[in-house]
Amino acid sequence: MTDKVSITLRVNGASYSISVEPRRSLADALREDCGLTGTHLGCEHGACGTCTVLVDGIPVRSCLMFAVQLNDEEVRTVEGLANGEVLHPLQKQFWENHGLQCGFCTPGFLMLAAGALEADPDLTDEDLRELLSSNLCRCTGYQNIIKAVTLAAAEMRK
Amino acid sequence: MSGIGESLKRIEDRPLLLGQGQFAADYRFEGQLIMRVVRSPVAFGRVLSVEAGDARAMPGVVAVWTAADIADIPPIDFRMTRIKGLEPYRQPVLARDYVRYVGEPVAVVFANDVYQAEDAADQVFCDIEEEAAHLDATAPPVPFMPQSLPELLSEPAVISKSYGELDKAFANAKHIVELEVAVGRHTGVPLETRGALAVHDRETGVLTMYGAAKVPHYNRDAIGRMLQLPKGAIELSEGHVGGGFGVRGELYPEDVLVCAGALRLGRPVKWIEDRREHLLAANHSRDQVHRLRAAVDEKGFILGLEDEFFTDQGAYVRTHGGTVSDLAAALLPGPYLIPAYRVNGHIRLTNKTPAGTYRAPGRYETTFARERLMDAIAYRLSLDLVKVRRINLIPEDRMPYDRKIDALGTEVIYDAGKYHDLLERTLELVGYDALRAEAADRRSKGERVGIGIALFIEKSGLGPHDLVRARLLKDGSIEIITGVASIGQGIETVIAQICADSLSVEIEQIRVVHGQTSRIEVGLGAFASRVTVMTGSAAQIASRSLRDKILGVAATLMQKNSTEELTLINGMVRHRESHASLHLSEIAEQAPEIIEADGWFHAEHMNYPYGLHVAKVRVDPETCGVKLERYLVGYEVGRAINPMLIHGQIAGAAVQGIGGALLEEFVYDEAGQPLATSLADYLLPTSNETPFIEMFLREDCPSPQNPLGVRGAGEGGITAVGAAIGAAVDDALQSPGLVDCLPIGPSKLHAMLRKYRQARD
Repeated sequence: MTDKVSITLRVNGASYSISVEPRRSLADALREDCGLTGTHLGCEHGACGTCTVLVDGIPVRSCLMFAVQLNDEEVRTVEGLANGEVLHPLQKQFWENHGLQCGFCTPGFLMLAAGALEADPDLTDEDLRELLSSNLCRCTGYQNIIKAVTLAAAEMRK
Repeated sequence: MSGIGESLKRIEDRPLLLGQGQFAADYRFEGQLIMRVVRSPVAFGRVLSVEAGDARAMPGVVAVWTAADIADIPPIDFRMTRIKGLEPYRQPVLARDYVRYVGEPVAVVFANDVYQAEDAADQVFCDIEEEAAHLDATAPPVPFMPQSLPELLSEPAVISKSYGELDKAFANAKHIVELEVAVGRHTGVPLETRGALAVHDRETGVLTMYGAAKVPHYNRDAIGRMLQLPKGAIELSEGHVGGGFGVRGELYPEDVLVCAGALRLGRPVKWIEDRREHLLAANHSRDQVHRLRAAVDEKGFILGLEDEFFTDQGAYVRTHGGTVSDLAAALLPGPYLIPAYRVNGHIRLTNKTPAGTYRAPGRYETTFARERLMDAIAYRLSLDLVKVRRINLIPEDRMPYDRKIDALGTEVIYDAGKYHDLLERTLELVGYDALRAEAADRRSKGERVGIGIALFIEKSGLGPHDLVRARLLKDGSIEIITGVASIGQGIETVIAQICADSLSVEIEQIRVVHGQTSRIEVGLGAFASRVTVMTGSAAQIASRSLRDKILGVAATLMQKNSTEELTLINGMVRHRESHASLHLSEIAEQAPEIIEADGWFHAEHMNYPYGLHVAKVRVDPETCGVKLERYLVGYEVGRAINPMLIHGQIAGAAVQGIGGALLEEFVYDEAGQPLATSLADYLLPTSNETPFIEMFLREDCPSPQNPLGVRGAGEGGITAVGAAIGAAVDDALQSPGLVDCLPIGPSKLHAMLRKYRQARD
């Protein structure tokens, strides 16, 4: 159980050579071994979606994936969303539309929406509401998250 | 200019959007130990022994403690509502003699790594002689700890309040309406679980606990007392906090244990709760049964109200003492006249997770009870549901209205209110009559659609005081230091808007420091919707005083005899006639000493926001599922500092209320094993269950009790949700008085319908 395995994680364009137990979750590896604490853990059983990251563009719950499951895949986390100082349209719209309060679930929502909209920019508002129901937020009542994602989707289609 | 009343975007958001937040789990110190709590697997039983030998021998384990190892640490004391007789029911930091709920801390493991700590915790064996769990708060009290404290029963206190001549009211009554209602066991469930990291600096001797929330100053002093630390030897520091809702930030055993661990083991100690632990260990709330009796005259006016209620306090009495029951008892009469009233609120212990406050504590429950009673009165007298409320509402000319009752040790005096006015305006806005007609039309076509309304009183701005320090920094920016805490509600922006208004600067020029006990000597924290009222008022006083001082210094620098001709606009002090000007940074640079000002605000009484909720639901007759089609909150806030943030508070609270009304409940089996220990069992609303929450925000009636005229906005969105949805489901199924408990999940609604039909057959 405690024998460690050496792996290389590719995250946000950088490589991290780390040594982890096979049971180490991707979330723990990102947070503890790569120092990327923007990915948050809300439940550690795949229910809340707070820890959502993109693996080769697909939103996954990093609490339900082992770090050693990754080989060559590219991981994207919230730290890689902005372009330098320039916020991603999702980040901008969350800010403009009060789409966050405590901000703990926010990275998960941002990555979930980013992955979905990159895969299909033409998601309808109803698709988006359905999509966003896979993550939990306890502060906002969702409406400003839905609004922010809908506006960002329009902006990303431009 | 960035002032009061504008929907400005928040100054705290950027790091949160970039993944640069600093939440409790994000702290990390060299050499840190990880603490893992070993929890009771049974609901009730005598602890015979705790075997930790195997765990101590596991790799990476530095120490394992049981109650014997920390025998010098006293139980956790009350922060609020200390009632005589509660002391023996306080929770020990680690279980002594008995365990009283599944999840009670029995031992703690300290190890080098989180995986090692969890492995070792699994090897700690608790030898417990299990006894039958007591799970019904309405059943006669039983011994609390039969062998060690045989005299002590599971009813620590009964809260009694009364006014008026109740017996006379019942003697004169034309109708007596009785009702029993129940609200399920819920809690706040912030998305961030609890966590703390304590570091002891050997050079300075100061112990610092990171991950503080809600009430850092109080908790600093309480931990200091428990660990017998001299004043100044402990500080609490708040980072980002992932939601509070009343639950997070109270003093819990784990906070004390990380501090004791850091002191005694000589290394930083970090503890991060997992979700299962959170659902077992953090405060539960609600879970009340009310038995109401109303004396009503022939017109539907309530002459008198009597209530006996039972709060399922869970296993111990925690930091809130009798708070929830006290608030329930005091605020049950709500916005209605009700000239005579008597209430007995039983605080009852059971073998469930201990309970405390959760957003609108005592009001969510009593608003459900009272508004269901109003509906019951209307049904009995064949009155219109709105009319019965109009008849009973306190009229505007009776304000301020002294309830002649106390809450949290303060007299309940409704500060101001235009209850009838808000009711009529809201009904007009939603088109209430048309809404009802449309629902009736759809029902006639076979759909089950209904409308419900519920009125409520909230309370906000709990005193007695608050302190804010405002300071001009060398670069011309303003630092505001407060002992208040941020739990995600946007206080930095709100406080900055208030100060920007007085200082005529942009909010981006203001930095709000909060939750740092080392930065300011006084702080009451964030609870009871007190921040905007108390801290906001103190911030206005401090920033006005700072402005005067800045003008004074500027006058000297400009060689003027007085400040009369000076104005502070856009970060510049200008002389009206000569147009000479100085930038704030120049003033700060040239001032002989730091320019700063304190603002104290004192308040003897809380103030009382009010409003109403309107719900439109559709019930699926096959599944008994309830779908919300429309939801509106009408709310009188006095004065809105940032309407967008208020809407955010109202919407978020309403959706939490929807959870409590339809989805959320802590259920236990007969042995006291909790059945909702994950977010797959304890169901939070998702975006699929939530309608757009419409808000009708009014500023018709500023509070006369503070200079801003504000009332709190943190809780009014949740208060009446259960009541409004309950009424709407009654209406949808054309079954008056059907809904008598929450949550109205499909199986419960099915059972309620069966009971309802049986009673009428």
